[in-house]
Amino acid sequence: MSMASELDIRNLMAKRAAREIVGGMVVNLGIGIPSLVPNHLPETTKVMFHAENGILGMGPSPGSGLEDGNLCNAGGYPVTIVPGASYCDSVTAFGMIRRGRIDVSILGSLQVSRQGDLANWIIPGKKVPGMGGAMDLASKAKKLIVLMSHTDKKGNPKILEQCTLPLTATRCVDMIITDQAVFEIKNCELVLMEYFSTTSVSRITAQTACRFSVSEDLKVIEV
Amino acid sequence: MIEIENPFGKIATLEQALAFFKEEMTVMFGGFGGVGSPPNLIEGILAKEIKNLTLIGNDTGFPNIGIGKLVSQGRAKKVIASHIGSNPIAGKLMNQGVLEVEFSPQGTLVERIRAGGMGLGAILTDVGLDNTSVTKGKQQMELNGRSYLVETALTAEVSIVYAEKADPYGNLVYDKSARNTNPLVAMAGDFTIAEVKEIVPLGGLDPEEIVTPGIFVDMVILSNGVNWKWVWEEN
Repeated sequence: MSMASELDIRNLMAKRAAREIVGGMVVNLGIGIPSLVPNHLPETTKVMFHAENGILGMGPSPGSGLEDGNLCNAGGYPVTIVPGASYCDSVTAFGMIRRGRIDVSILGSLQVSRQGDLANWIIPGKKVPGMGGAMDLASKAKKLIVLMSHTDKKGNPKILEQCTLPLTATRCVDMIITDQAVFEIKNCELVLMEYFSTTSVSRITAQTACRFSVSEDLKVIEV
Repeated sequence: MIEIENPFGKIATLEQALAFFKEEMTVMFGGFGGVGSPPNLIEGILAKEIKNLTLIGNDTGFPNIGIGKLVSQGRAKKVIASHIGSNPIAGKLMNQGVLEVEFSPQGTLVERIRAGGMGLGAILTDVGLDNTSVTKGKQQMELNGRSYLVETALTAEVSIVYAEKADPYGNLVYDKSARNTNPLVAMAGDFTIAEVKEIVPLGGLDPEEIVTPGIFVDMVILSNGVNWKWVWEEN
């Protein structure tokens, strides 16, 4: 797969996730593919992007030379703010999360279980970076969308009956968008809602390590 | 330039501030990925070769940014943080067994710091109840039919923070996302040192704009500014 097409797929996933966002929402985005989501929102859709380090109303990256070391996102990279934005301390930023004020949280993940358990913070013995704000966001956002590749680099499924990696939070994922398909998790049941025209239901079935039902309204996203 | 009066004796030099640091000390630091961490104090602690520190703060910065400098050069024996991923050396030291790391979910960590600063013993939260790595060794309780984890308050012998402006009483105003954990860390230190970009005369800050009242700040030093390159400047 060429680099260009990989970027295209990442953007397709981000574009699909952007459709879950409507004007007036408060949205928190994780690093990686989720950070591409704002590029796919119509300009008329006014959203307040929340950052754990104390920004409500985050805007796009500044132009080269316009960066401000004291205005960065939670990943440490320069951002801007939109009109109506506010700054706050970390306690307030997390109070917004715990109190359920975040409408949509979009995160990457290592694994998701059929019932919506999320495992995205640790690979024991390999990568132990700490949970950061992931547990707070995963357990408290009104809607949690996971953007991830359907399988890992070795081709192992990332959607499983039970996660094998330590959990970030249980039964918290509402939607999974992969490079192949869109699933919703309703009442702890995994439902295939849409798939990209580059794949097929049989391929998705083969690369998903748990049972799922297929929506009566199954849609194909033309690529 | 206006001569700033020092009627509360809080305005000091970096050298005077560094006299407070010693080995085995618990130091709490403000900042998030290095943004809003006090650069000159960190550099000074590094230069004084103070070791075996217990560091409490959001994260371990980047290897050469923020508190990351102290961690990468092995000056800490323990870190209480939510994340060490942006500083691979911290992970390496942890795996080698020379750095003890206590992880707290980010929102819980800052509430523990706030509780310490506010004179409380602990907070109750349900975040992390699903994770044995978070619940391990902690008391759980039922209250009004819901389960909670008891998360103990955190304080430190010395807190170091960064602010945009201070007046001679130590009232602080922050700058954009460099506020982050600083107002909380400022309250939780037995002795709090603020490194600031600018010191204005008493009365020079609008009481409505002050974020940290000076009662929490024991010492104010003037900053020479950030002495590291940000990650986005490195490319």
